Amino acid sequence: MITRRTLLKSTAIAGATVATGGLGMPAIAQGARIRLGYVSPQSGPLAAFAEADNFILSNFAQSAVAENFEVIVKDSQSNPNRAADVAQELIIDDEVDMLLVASTPETTNPVATTAEFEGVPVISTVAPWQPWFIGQQGNPGDPGTWEPFDYAYHFFWGLEDVISVFTAMWAQLDTNKSVGGLFPNDGDGNAWGDPNVGFPPVLDAQGYTLTDPGRYQNLTDDFSAQINAFKQNAVEIVTGVPIPPDFTTFWNQAKQQGFTPKAASIGKAILFPQAVEALGDTGHNLSSEVWWSPSHPFTSSINGLTAGQVAAAYTGETGKQWTQPIGFVHALFELAVDVMGRVDDAGDGDAVAEAIAASSLDTIVGPIAFNGAGLPPFAARNICKTPLVGGQWRLKESGGYDLVIVDNSDQPSIPTGGTMEAIA
Amino acid sequence: MIWVDTILQGILLGGLYALFAAGLSLVFGIMRLVNLAHGDLIVLGAYLILLLVTMTGLSPFLAAAIAIPLMFMLGYGLQKFMLNRVLGDDILPPLLVTFGLSVVLQNALLEGFSADSQRLPAGTLSTASVEVAGINLGVLPLLTFASAVLVIVGLNQLFYRTSLGRAFRATSDDATTASLMGIKPASIFAKATSIAMIIVTIAALYLGMRSNFDPNIGPARLIYAFEAVIIGGLGSLWGTLAGGIIIGVAQTVGAAINPEWQILAGHVAFLIVLLIRPRGLFPRAVD
Repeated sequence: MITRRTLLKSTAIAGATVATGGLGMPAIAQGARIRLGYVSPQSGPLAAFAEADNFILSNFAQSAVAENFEVIVKDSQSNPNRAADVAQELIIDDEVDMLLVASTPETTNPVATTAEFEGVPVISTVAPWQPWFIGQQGNPGDPGTWEPFDYAYHFFWGLEDVISVFTAMWAQLDTNKSVGGLFPNDGDGNAWGDPNVGFPPVLDAQGYTLTDPGRYQNLTDDFSAQINAFKQNAVEIVTGVPIPPDFTTFWNQAKQQGFTPKAASIGKAILFPQAVEALGDTGHNLSSEVWWSPSHPFTSSINGLTAGQVAAAYTGETGKQWTQPIGFVHALFELAVDVMGRVDDAGDGDAVAEAIAASSLDTIVGPIAFNGAGLPPFAARNICKTPLVGGQWRLKESGGYDLVIVDNSDQPSIPTGGTMEAIA
Repeated sequence: MIWVDTILQGILLGGLYALFAAGLSLVFGIMRLVNLAHGDLIVLGAYLILLLVTMTGLSPFLAAAIAIPLMFMLGYGLQKFMLNRVLGDDILPPLLVTFGLSVVLQNALLEGFSADSQRLPAGTLSTASVEVAGINLGVLPLLTFASAVLVIVGLNQLFYRTSLGRAFRATSDDATTASLMGIKPASIFAKATSIAMIIVTIAALYLGMRSNFDPNIGPARLIYAFEAVIIGGLGSLWGTLAGGIIIGVAQTVGAAINPEWQILAGHVAFLIVLLIRPRGLFPRAVD
């Protein structure tokens, strides 16, 4: 029976359905544009990596080529399972032509694996290539079984580069060559401390002695065991890949215990200026790997801006200091635009994958070509290495820190801004 | 000498864990409420102090003094308008509400303060130390430990010397009978949560000065707090301090043997205590 009330209710629902249907219409019309799916950790513990995403995406949207593209952005929430889910959504619901993914193996690996499985081309970055390539293999422990990928491509540096950069920085100082390792029990820590592919064999070959007390758990509140071990072995150089809160705990406790090494070259923890600022004045002359900086002599293939100009634009727009992922996420879109410009049918996954493999593009992070330069044969097809140099955080008089490049022995084209200084 | 140092560092670390745990112990002891948002409330307190420090340029200690009444009121409102509505015979609804609160707090902080890791500026205090018989003890860990002891002493005074404390204990023992005697459990619960939030703010002060914090760091600290409460025994505040110290010492001693055992050793110590004394070392209430 139709009463006045039910009639009103049902027409309201029908009206709402018509309205939402109408909203959906333009999306179908936009199907003609090339669809890019972008996944990054915009929230959660890894969110600092994706902090510049909005800036890069809005810059891309303003560029001339952007009208051919529709970028669908998804948040991995720093969760590998969520990353795989959103990749699946992008592929099945949004029918993207290509996936782009950035920042840490926890984000890149699930997305790349999903895309490879579904036969959708994917370009990935901001994760050392070993955890990216080996981490996605069926049996990471057996190199004999490792297979290259058909649709997944990655550009970044590898562990061998960071080892080479760190040792080159230490060589600039007069030390007793006694190194202490802070390797946590996570993907990065185990790779860095690995007796075959990590720091130990290289340090051994170069005459350094390594004190490695063992893998500790992340978010440890006390480092007295490590500090005592370092003191006993007269360690003058500290290296490792702790997470930011752990490094702060370690560094403060080390100072309290009167342990000050001459050099501390730390991956991951002091990547972002905010993390160094959290150390107060004691972050002066800490050293780290530098994958991108405003002084890198590269320009964007999309808008022709130099690295310095992009970094300045970021600071101008957000009021924040530049961070290293800016260049790499930007380069991700450069490569996508370049690849899509070289294919006739963006929806043909095989053709797109072939086009990625054939890339030779000068980007804001340096030249990208999947030619296997500097890589072992098994990884040559899917990976391109980008330049890596070493830098030191220097305390500014006005407060805050500047990252100064102090070692470019592997990449002489990137200018240094000073030389390595010992920690006072 | 290294062993003495290891154990002393462990005891000082225990002070930090006891501070995390004291507020939890209070709330858990009085209303049997497992507050899963406790860690996130500590992080919220740290952000509040940070906000006051950046806005006014005060030292973190003074900023914490301003934050305490604010957090006190927040605790009162939280209990009165939210948690009291779900407290009842069933322990599940309050548990779920605090779980939800934890998620909401994390995401609200992420939205408001971004994911950047922050730290309270402690200046030279963060690296200062005093030498006692050849062993360097950090000033900040010493202050943390002293604060933990003061908080426990203060809570004990409150519990056993005041009428409010009597009401707390009565409600803890039997809320129904207590209400027959003219005590309003809902109001007692609100007061207990407010006091817990004072301790939360003190814990936030030391957490924030000791190391970096970001919106997601709360839950990781919660587990040690829980373990300290359980080791100490329900309702025993000195027990909570003892529980914190046991976990702290177990961690540093475990780490001295091998850093892989650091966190594990704390958990193992907890399990051993639970095996030998399922009700904790110094349980007050019988239930």
